[in-house]
Amino acid sequence: MSIGKIRKSSDASDIVFNIISLVFIVVFVVVCIYPFWYIFVYSISDPALAKQGVWLWPRGFSLETYKEVLERDDILIAYVISILRTVIGTTITILCTTILAFMVTRKEMLGRKIIYRLFVVTMYVSAGTIPWYLVMRAYHLQDSFLVYVIPSAINAYYMILIKTYMEQIPASMEESAQLEGAGFFDVLFKIIIPMSKPIIATCAVYAAVGQWNTWSDNFFLVQDSNLQTVQLILRNYLQSAEAIAQAVKAGGASAASEAASAVTPASIQMVAIMVATIPVLFVYPFAQKYFTKGIMMGAVKG
Amino acid sequence: MKKETGIVFWRNMNARKKRGLKYLLMAMPFVIFVFAFSYVPLFGWYYAFTDYKIGQLFTQAEFVGLKHFQKLIHDTDVLRVLRNTLVMSGLNILVSPLPVAFAIMLSEIRGRRTKKVVQTVTTLPNFISWIVVYGVAFSIFSSNGLWNQILEILHLPTSQVGLIGDGDSVWGFQLVLLIWKTLGWNSIIYLAAITGIDTELYDAAKVDGANKIQLIRHITVPGLMPTFLVLLLLNVGNMLSNGFDQYYIFWNTFTADKIEVLDYYVYKLAFKAGQYSYSIALGMLKSLISIILLAFVNWISKKVRGYSLI
Repeated sequence: MSIGKIRKSSDASDIVFNIISLVFIVVFVVVCIYPFWYIFVYSISDPALAKQGVWLWPRGFSLETYKEVLERDDILIAYVISILRTVIGTTITILCTTILAFMVTRKEMLGRKIIYRLFVVTMYVSAGTIPWYLVMRAYHLQDSFLVYVIPSAINAYYMILIKTYMEQIPASMEESAQLEGAGFFDVLFKIIIPMSKPIIATCAVYAAVGQWNTWSDNFFLVQDSNLQTVQLILRNYLQSAEAIAQAVKAGGASAASEAASAVTPASIQMVAIMVATIPVLFVYPFAQKYFTKGIMMGAVKG
Repeated sequence: MKKETGIVFWRNMNARKKRGLKYLLMAMPFVIFVFAFSYVPLFGWYYAFTDYKIGQLFTQAEFVGLKHFQKLIHDTDVLRVLRNTLVMSGLNILVSPLPVAFAIMLSEIRGRRTKKVVQTVTTLPNFISWIVVYGVAFSIFSSNGLWNQILEILHLPTSQVGLIGDGDSVWGFQLVLLIWKTLGWNSIIYLAAITGIDTELYDAAKVDGANKIQLIRHITVPGLMPTFLVLLLLNVGNMLSNGFDQYYIFWNTFTADKIEVLDYYVYKLAFKAGQYSYSIALGMLKSLISIILLAFVNWISKKVRGYSLI
């Protein structure tokens, strides 16, 4: 037992620390969420009033920009493409990576270590953008939907996460199943996968978010206007808001509706951002627990 | 004769080896896949030694040896890009204690639900694409954006082009955006590490009369050091790679000089200047140096802490 000064439980420095902590956290939380609120509020405001300044609440109320933007073909097609690539791409990735991870846990596999390292190395060695681009073209993946879902089918990082998790499943479960005559796929699908649900769900969420946000494959390899993703369409809207605003106004049935259309370039940009981001904003709070779990598992490994 | 030896060979293998071979064959599709998408592109490095023109066949490219590499060494533009890359990576390393500090502050919060809400909100920016980040930044920092409006109200000088078009504050602005996007997410791993620290250490120190700051300085920080150092070393190893997305999205003619990093420049050389071979040479050099850097950093880790990073 120390014979030092006994401090009061609420030290002055404690209070200072708590205050600074609180301020910093509150400020950062606001900074993280306010921009989205601002964009949302702007997007439902009357565009002419919004130009003069929007803070916490919408000024006027107008869904006209939303109407105009959501009627445009390119946005609708892009939504379909992005949803398709997210669903199909994630399914393919999870299926292939899980099967591969399970294979790598099979100690009897010949060349297991070499094969494992073959995949791990890909995380550290990259051929570069141009070689990748040339190879994709050589495989005739340009202007094809497949370029969104095939190259990502196997992900070394997820494989490592899943494999590590699988290795912690007690061998007895597998052994008792094998005694009853279960083969490779029986063990995999009836025992290992159900027991690995947490890590697989985590990887699925990572993969889905990745699919929704990825735009570089679209940018480099896909020019077909029917295969554009939401992200690149958003970029077009952000860059060409002026031109789009003009087009929207001119698209009205008469000169009167053109004059009446209140759509501004800024309001179009705000609506475009909302359209591209609302799915993430909605899904994210539910998916977030999988992300934090994933990081914790990665922390255990690394 | 051969067929018989084959059958004898197969029969002599025990069941275990047979299974091993079967698994290997089953894994072949995956091996072919990773070969096709991750290793075949490496053959593209051959073009770095040729004068490749887009559309040519592999065999048509004219071989020029080390010409591009010699040019690289004397290219002042590459030097400028290298400077930009190292500045952004250096700044990133400089602010790497921030997630640690944030995690420590977060861990002191009472109330599980508040903690969860804060975590959810602060990790959100990590899950939007840089295009959306640009949209958000543009709406706030462009010449008509919120930031300029606030400055006007406060009667402070406003910029004509807004921060998005400001060529001088590029490094700081991009760093702030990067912090905004990654701080919450990067702090999660430290939060996980904090929960792994033995609570008996804290109890014993409190009995000795330690206050919060002392607890943090003498228990939490040393407890987080291993994680921090591992991540720091990995950051150093990846110094030459800043990513392409952020720098492409925020590129404009005003910010060009300072915003062009290696990952962007490689794209620019090929797709804007048509110098495919030169671009591949630069990319190849970057990859090789990164591997050496990573190996070096891994060796340090082994020597100092006793374990490998990868």
